[in-house]
Amino acid sequence: MKFTWFHLMPYRFLPEDFTSKYHSVWVDIPRDLYDPKVGHRLYNDYLDQLEFADQMGFDGLGVNEHHQNAYGLMPSPNIMGAAMARRTRHANLVVLGNSIALYNPPVRVAEEFAMLDVLSGGRLVAGFPVGTSMDTNFCYGEVPATLREKYKEAHDLILKAWTEKDVFAFNGKFTKLRYVNLWPKPLQQPRPPVWVPGGGSVETWDFCADYGHQYSFLSYFGYIAGKKVADGYWNVMAKKGKPLNPYSLGFAQVVAVAETDEQAERDYGPHMDYFYNRCLHVYQGFADAPGYRTESTIRSGFLAQVGRAAALRREGLKWKDFVKEGYIIAGSPKTVRDRLREAMKSLNCGHLMILQQIGSMPPELVRKNTELFAREVMPDLRGLWPDWEDKWSPRRLPESEIAVPAQLNLNLGGANGTNGRTSTNGEAHGRSAAK
Amino acid sequence: MKELRRIAGGKFTVELNMFGTGEPLLYLHGAGGLVGVDPFLEDLGHSFKVLAPHLPGYGESTGVEHIDDVLDVTLFYHQLLDELGVASAHVVGHSMGGMLAAEFAAIDVHRVKKLVLVTPAGFWLDEHPIPDVFAMELPELAAHIFHDPQSPMAQMFTTIPQDMKLLEEMYVERVKRFTQASKFLWPIPDRGLKKRAWRIAAPTLVIMGESDRLIPPVYANEFTSRIRNSRAVTIARAAHMPMYEQQEVFVKTVREFLKG
Repeated sequence: MKFTWFHLMPYRFLPEDFTSKYHSVWVDIPRDLYDPKVGHRLYNDYLDQLEFADQMGFDGLGVNEHHQNAYGLMPSPNIMGAAMARRTRHANLVVLGNSIALYNPPVRVAEEFAMLDVLSGGRLVAGFPVGTSMDTNFCYGEVPATLREKYKEAHDLILKAWTEKDVFAFNGKFTKLRYVNLWPKPLQQPRPPVWVPGGGSVETWDFCADYGHQYSFLSYFGYIAGKKVADGYWNVMAKKGKPLNPYSLGFAQVVAVAETDEQAERDYGPHMDYFYNRCLHVYQGFADAPGYRTESTIRSGFLAQVGRAAALRREGLKWKDFVKEGYIIAGSPKTVRDRLREAMKSLNCGHLMILQQIGSMPPELVRKNTELFAREVMPDLRGLWPDWEDKWSPRRLPESEIAVPAQLNLNLGGANGTNGRTSTNGEAHGRSAAK
Repeated sequence: MKELRRIAGGKFTVELNMFGTGEPLLYLHGAGGLVGVDPFLEDLGHSFKVLAPHLPGYGESTGVEHIDDVLDVTLFYHQLLDELGVASAHVVGHSMGGMLAAEFAAIDVHRVKKLVLVTPAGFWLDEHPIPDVFAMELPELAAHIFHDPQSPMAQMFTTIPQDMKLLEEMYVERVKRFTQASKFLWPIPDRGLKKRAWRIAAPTLVIMGESDRLIPPVYANEFTSRIRNSRAVTIARAAHMPMYEQQEVFVKTVREFLKG
């Protein structure tokens, strides 16, 4: 069993009356709700948390791409990947965006991922989500009718750019390039592993099965609701004669560990409430642009979709509902061990994307949650899939060949030896810029 | 009368509605498509031979994969008229269909006798941004496109069936239609008509709805200032759907213009 510590990087300070007073957390959320000074602190807290997860022995550090929202503050996850590459040593960098249909030309993604792979010593997992309808259609203006076709073309171009030995020309419908020649090329050969995060579109199962990519189901409705999607994926895999290797499935799950079940509710309850009610307050008109989902996906899950939307709109879900419905796995280490084992077994899942900072959760609580999980839960689940080989994790450089960044010396400030952080009037900053 | 016709060597199947006899009148529907009960077309059929095809992706028409942009769709209508043996016709287009009708008249200049653009899309004014129909739920849409959202007409458009199977079919059909429409309207309903509108030679009437909140009457000027032989009228107590909201006035206006 492998564990990727996944961060959404939410804005933690939405107002109390956000759900009733504001239209949507995504797409058209007012910009004056975002304070960049708070944002500065949040980014640095969140990177601290990811770095801590590295030290606690998680296999991967996960980040993703979203636009124009307070639910996730990473329009470019590659920037976080770069920050993590320098300050982490062990964990893989699981960058579960880039939404490749959004970049023109898509070789930009091939290049940036190659950079991250080289920089990190071959620790990159390349995530290729289609992206939510909010991100792709509403924020980035992609025509819904052609989004998936464009995605597929970008995918083919990026894979070819990584693996082709010589300069080649690419004559696509959406991208035409005379010279494709990737410098740098990825460190992992022939290429980094590709994980495809999905939200339950049936075409994505075929796509993953056909290309041998790992499928990561990312929802926040937990393993009970996720079972249907996992079964759908495994059915496609079985039908195509592919091995039902648990490591070819990733699954996102909110997990909250405390000393006891009761303590977990006291610690985490308000933050779950913040997440499910404020962070997921998406205006329904932005949820599914017509054409974002194919007819077969709509028909396959129509009733369930309506049901889920209805459930979402049901205000006032409480802690016990979240736990009972499996949205979250929470409680004492023993409770979490038992439920997580049951969940992973029922899904046949080898890659857990674990969400331990959620909603408004403050740093000290994130640290506690992460540490308790790493010490008291993770070791117990490690050996869950002894008969399967994980073919979807990076093949990095051996430890001896990985470059070590120089130590950061905070005492060397500007020319006068002061540390920029102590400056209150910006003088030190100006001086160092003038150097 | 309705028929299914295969054209372009089988690339497309076209669900074609036809009404009446007389000079041919090609009607291009809007993003929502034909409703199935479109009495204004029957009315126009008393004076013209009305040809009202469903765009591929709408109704039973197929071949969406062969249409990506306005040139493709213009050639589709061109081919359809060729195969119907229609040398020239009046063209009436509503909303998105107005945009496509204008494109058609700019490209296939000699085929269009007279052109009627009803609350047409095709331009964008920063001072008057067109609301995003794709993000609207039905009641909000109704408030934008109907003069009186409480009218039985508006209610008919926005009623959600209780039967789940029926709801699924309605939802899937709506998604199919809007998916195809997104090729011309998403995210901004401007595909460069301003570069081509000068070529339109047909006498042109632009019909706007007094209380249209989707494409307000101010947009008429974008058409009349670029199309040399054109003028605009505004229909009172109508919004984006004047042919349904004020059927009599609408049909009279169109008939007098085309016969005049």
